[in-house]
Amino acid sequence: MKRALCLMLLTVFIFLAGCGTAPVRKEPEIPAKRPVSEYVKPDVTYSIDAYDPWEPMNRRIYNFNAIFDNYVFLPVVQAYEFVLPVFVQTGITNFFKNLTEVTNLTNALLQFKIEKAVNTFGRICINTTVGLGGLIDVATLNDGIPREEEDFGQTLGFYGVGPGPYLVLPILGPSDLRDTAGLAVDSVVYSLMLGQLIAELGMDDTYEDILNYSLTAVYAVDKRHNEPFRYFKTGSPFEYDLIRRLYLIKRQFQIDN
Amino acid sequence: MKKSLLILIFSMLLGVIASPAGAYDYKVDDPYVSTIVGTPEVLEYDKLPKKVDYELLGLKVFPDRPTPEVFWYQREFLYTLSYQKQEAPLIFVIAGTGSSFYASSMIFLQKAFYGAGFHVICLSSPTQMNFITTASATCVPGNIVEDTQDLYRVMSLAWEQIKDRIKVSEFYLTGYSLGASQSAFVAKLDEEKRVFNFKKVLMINPAVSLYTSAKILDDMLLEINPNRSPEVFDRWFNERLAKFGEAYRLLNQPPLDHDFLYDAYRVLHKKGQTPRRENLAGMIGTVFRLASSNMIFAADVMANYGLIVPKNRVLGSADSLTDYMKVTTRVSFIDYFNEFLYPYSQSRNPGLTKEALIEGTSLRSIEPYLRNTPKIVLMDNEDDLILTPEDIAFLKDVFGARAKIYPRGGHCGNMTFRDNVAYMLNVFKN
Repeated sequence: MKRALCLMLLTVFIFLAGCGTAPVRKEPEIPAKRPVSEYVKPDVTYSIDAYDPWEPMNRRIYNFNAIFDNYVFLPVVQAYEFVLPVFVQTGITNFFKNLTEVTNLTNALLQFKIEKAVNTFGRICINTTVGLGGLIDVATLNDGIPREEEDFGQTLGFYGVGPGPYLVLPILGPSDLRDTAGLAVDSVVYSLMLGQLIAELGMDDTYEDILNYSLTAVYAVDKRHNEPFRYFKTGSPFEYDLIRRLYLIKRQFQIDN
Repeated sequence: MKKSLLILIFSMLLGVIASPAGAYDYKVDDPYVSTIVGTPEVLEYDKLPKKVDYELLGLKVFPDRPTPEVFWYQREFLYTLSYQKQEAPLIFVIAGTGSSFYASSMIFLQKAFYGAGFHVICLSSPTQMNFITTASATCVPGNIVEDTQDLYRVMSLAWEQIKDRIKVSEFYLTGYSLGASQSAFVAKLDEEKRVFNFKKVLMINPAVSLYTSAKILDDMLLEINPNRSPEVFDRWFNERLAKFGEAYRLLNQPPLDHDFLYDAYRVLHKKGQTPRRENLAGMIGTVFRLASSNMIFAADVMANYGLIVPKNRVLGSADSLTDYMKVTTRVSFIDYFNEFLYPYSQSRNPGLTKEALIEGTSLRSIEPYLRNTPKIVLMDNEDDLILTPEDIAFLKDVFGARAKIYPRGGHCGNMTFRDNVAYMLNVFKN
């Protein structure tokens, strides 16, 4: 039921995003002094280029995200930062980082990155026990065991799946088709695990649902709280292009390492 | 045994005291490296407040100006204010070419001056997109005299907006790079308008001639691409990007300024890698090119000039700008000057020669004022990359005892070095 609603909203949203009003031209166009046709060769790949066949939709979602950030997401994050003491915020961040280690572990294993898998397993054991259910990141203290970020997008990349078209996800931001698929798989693994954990608590179904939704909401706020990116702060009219390129470079590096 | 230890300690102490007076501990002697890498962390000014609270404030400078759809997110002119609870001096800080108040140098100056007890207002450069779209009267930056009027307008409006909330004892002004050159012009304009009566003005690494400095920076790209071939540049840039990817993973910070490309070099530098000279020059040129192309595109759209975007074309908020970016990044600042700024200025001011425009954007045009105004102070470096030997000689001659010229530091590379910061703060304390 919830999923169906989400899907519906998303479809409506993308439909709306796709319908732009065509700009009204008042005076006839005069070719530029340095026209694109003269400077850009269609058969050459430039360093800023990226495979982005859905660019108009992506740009609209990018703009939507900026507005959503400005009016909804960031105000909520600010309230969260204002209300909660810093050590509580850190605790919450650690808690979710510990929960999401499960996908770091599965994906390190799927790529046979044994050292990373061992590290991650060690982190889960230490932080869940000594770190009081993950609230304290004991494992990282004193140059301890580093956190290894591995996700299913990287696993797919490891097995040779290319990025596919660039994709800007509503609210979540830059991605590509491969990483979006990866995100979906990781989310399923994560929610299965979370569901199991919650079931262990032995609560009523209604309370279980409430807990599940609350955790998801807090997780989203915590994630934004830890993400320094702000839309349109680069001071470049070409921010979309820059961010797209940087995202793809960064992902390629994560896959190669 | 004990005695010899004492002697040892004593002689070590003597050694510390006896190190030549005025020795300058900023040791990076390659101006290309210092310009990019800045000051090693251990030598940075360490009395900065960790975090400075600031308010992001907006001004409608031209309330009737419509915002083009492609710049839908540029509704207001933005600036930041950090204020003290008690009465304090207010300092305006003007950013360098293409930079906003989010630039790392701006954040640094904000912290340094706030920590020293000032109210601080940080202003983006008139060459920065937000300024061009919302606060520039012509939307065509680069003519310092006009840019100065724009700056003065926003400074006055900003002061109007906040004056009931903070207690100000007196006004100060500073800026780095192009912002330093502009602060001299602003100080001069203030002598007529008298809104602020600046008590002291500090210029940090100014361009003497905007045209000359821009040309030097433009030409840095020739070191890696002498024939201006886009293919050669792209290949070179892709190689750099391949290296940056790694640095980015380590940094995990989104870019807030065009000099984000430097961040990666800082990471590499920390790991003990020093790139070759031409690559350093190429990177400085690239960063400048990114800044100037942001400026050129914004000016072209706002003035409907038709340099890169066809005249009268209305760009929508979701239109691809990638192809325009490819063209704009191939237009140098000097191209912009010749093909846009000069003809545009001439159309509004017939009879204006190119030489006159170049001269008008140079500190030489206000030499008598600079020479005879004791409140203006200069901090600069002997090896500043954007200055010619004649420029340095001009600055020494004009400012005399009011010039503090360090032997090393490149272009703004030593701005965060502890001695430099101590000097900056001291300028305003006396």
